[in-house]
Amino acid sequence: MQSPPDGAGAPPAIEATDLVKTYPGGVRALDGLSFRVPAGTIFGLLGPNGAGKSTAVKVLTTLTRPDSGSARVAGRDVLREPAAVRRRIGAVAQKAGFDRELTGRENLELQGQVYGLRGRELSGRIDELLERLRLADAADRLARTYSGGMQRRLDIAIGLVHRPEVLFLDEPTTGLDPEVRAEMWEEITRLQRDEGITILLTTHYLEEADELASSLAIVDRGRVVAAGSPEQLKGELEGDALHLELEQPLDDGIVRRALERVGAVRELALDGRHLRARVDDGARALPTVLAALGESGVAVASVTVSRPSLDDVYLRYAGREFAKAEAEADQRTAEEVRR
Amino acid sequence: MTTTLAHTWFMTKRQLRFLIRQPVWIFVTLTQPVIWLLLYGALFKKVVEIPGFRGGNYIEFLTPGVVVMTALFSAGWSGMGQIDDIDRGVLDRFLISPARRSSLITGRLFHTTISVSIQSAIILVLALITGATFDGGVGGALVLIAISALLSFAVGAASNAVGLLVRREETLIALMQFLLLPLTFLSSAFMQKSLMPGWMQTVSDVNPVNWAIEAGRGALGGDWDWGLIGSRAGLLLALSILAGLWAVSAFRTYQRTV
Repeated sequence: MQSPPDGAGAPPAIEATDLVKTYPGGVRALDGLSFRVPAGTIFGLLGPNGAGKSTAVKVLTTLTRPDSGSARVAGRDVLREPAAVRRRIGAVAQKAGFDRELTGRENLELQGQVYGLRGRELSGRIDELLERLRLADAADRLARTYSGGMQRRLDIAIGLVHRPEVLFLDEPTTGLDPEVRAEMWEEITRLQRDEGITILLTTHYLEEADELASSLAIVDRGRVVAAGSPEQLKGELEGDALHLELEQPLDDGIVRRALERVGAVRELALDGRHLRARVDDGARALPTVLAALGESGVAVASVTVSRPSLDDVYLRYAGREFAKAEAEADQRTAEEVRR
Repeated sequence: MTTTLAHTWFMTKRQLRFLIRQPVWIFVTLTQPVIWLLLYGALFKKVVEIPGFRGGNYIEFLTPGVVVMTALFSAGWSGMGQIDDIDRGVLDRFLISPARRSSLITGRLFHTTISVSIQSAIILVLALITGATFDGGVGGALVLIAISALLSFAVGAASNAVGLLVRREETLIALMQFLLLPLTFLSSAFMQKSLMPGWMQTVSDVNPVNWAIEAGRGALGGDWDWGLIGSRAGLLLALSILAGLWAVSAFRTYQRTV
């Protein structure tokens, strides 16, 4: 694992060290999680559902305490100075945090008052945020009448009222339709640029991390399995990704033997009918690969050659496909709910 | 201290905004006490003829009981709002802000007190319309309302604590029903204490609902027994403080498991 480079020796905005958190019932949500976020950047915590991202945010925002480990946010110790951390952070949780029975403006007013803002300073800031997040027209309507995208923007505005140094966005686009998600991405990038704040966002969308984060950490089962910029991480995977769909599921041995003779094939992974491998030059290697499979009687239904994606990075470090990790996590959650 | 007061006011205002937007709720939640007052009042009219019953009009006897019950039940459901805040993520937002923990409880309690006071006034007016008279006058009514408010603080804080600990509306409803209805019937709300079975009299001595009813009824009836009023108010205040501390400590338990 490598740490992202720090900006000119400035202290990191967030520093998590060996965080461990076990929930009653024995679920180990964090298992030695460590990462650093350079000030003034957008940092992505990427991982499937149940990887421990939300728990990490809860610890860093002082909502809950870890069993062991330490963390500093905006230069303050999360465990020893929680009050100081609270004044310096804003957070948008996965669950909307606004009061549905208040108007957008009243929600912002209450939040600002809690942080000690008063009078003209507060009303000025509220107007500014309503304008910036395109909520000015709906400001005096009850928040429960807002659309999904507006609700999420209100949550972000609430998180920003007191001009935090660090903003946490936990799954900011989950449940939004693609169009609204794209808008949200623009919003987040603009915020970081205009307000000059550090943003930590968690996501289980690979393309979201790729699009927004200048550096990221891939989290799996409560640990960071890889960290760096999206380009660095993808760059570590040399060559192109080869995805083949076989006509029928085959024994691992048969496929391996067939491809042993094709020297350029690396990181072979077979999962039912899906075969993934890495080759230096996809276009050139493809005919050889297909020929070798054909000779061994392996029928191929479809082939894709692609440049490395974060999905490939995830596969390499977590040892399983992202979608599969998600399915496993959902399964675990379902079992817990049944219990 | 000033911060705590300010936060309490912000949180109370948050709750009151809903009340102001939907004042009809005051009347919807009045249905039950009005039924108690008018139907029970009519049904048990002849209770006053039981030898040993003091006073001539059953509604006059029943009214302070109904006022206290209204406060009791409104406060009992206070934790429902806390559970709703948990479910909607509102509570977590406040817990990671500098908001004072106590204000997240007291804001709800003040709101309950204000709406219950309005309801109590309506109940008293209704009783007057049916022909009841109260020798304690406005002063007696205010003492009754104040002492009900103290009871609602204790019960409301406990309801919030339970809400934070169980986090399920069904469980809170079941627990409150289990607790509040027996406490009501084990008090002198419907029947003069000296006419209750002996064991009930003993239980009612340690029943906070009965403390509030006895002190409130005395004041409303113009029987200014300050020893009784003061001691019952003191007990209810102590209970409120204990329940309040319990509720605030429930936030810590809640945060350990989120």
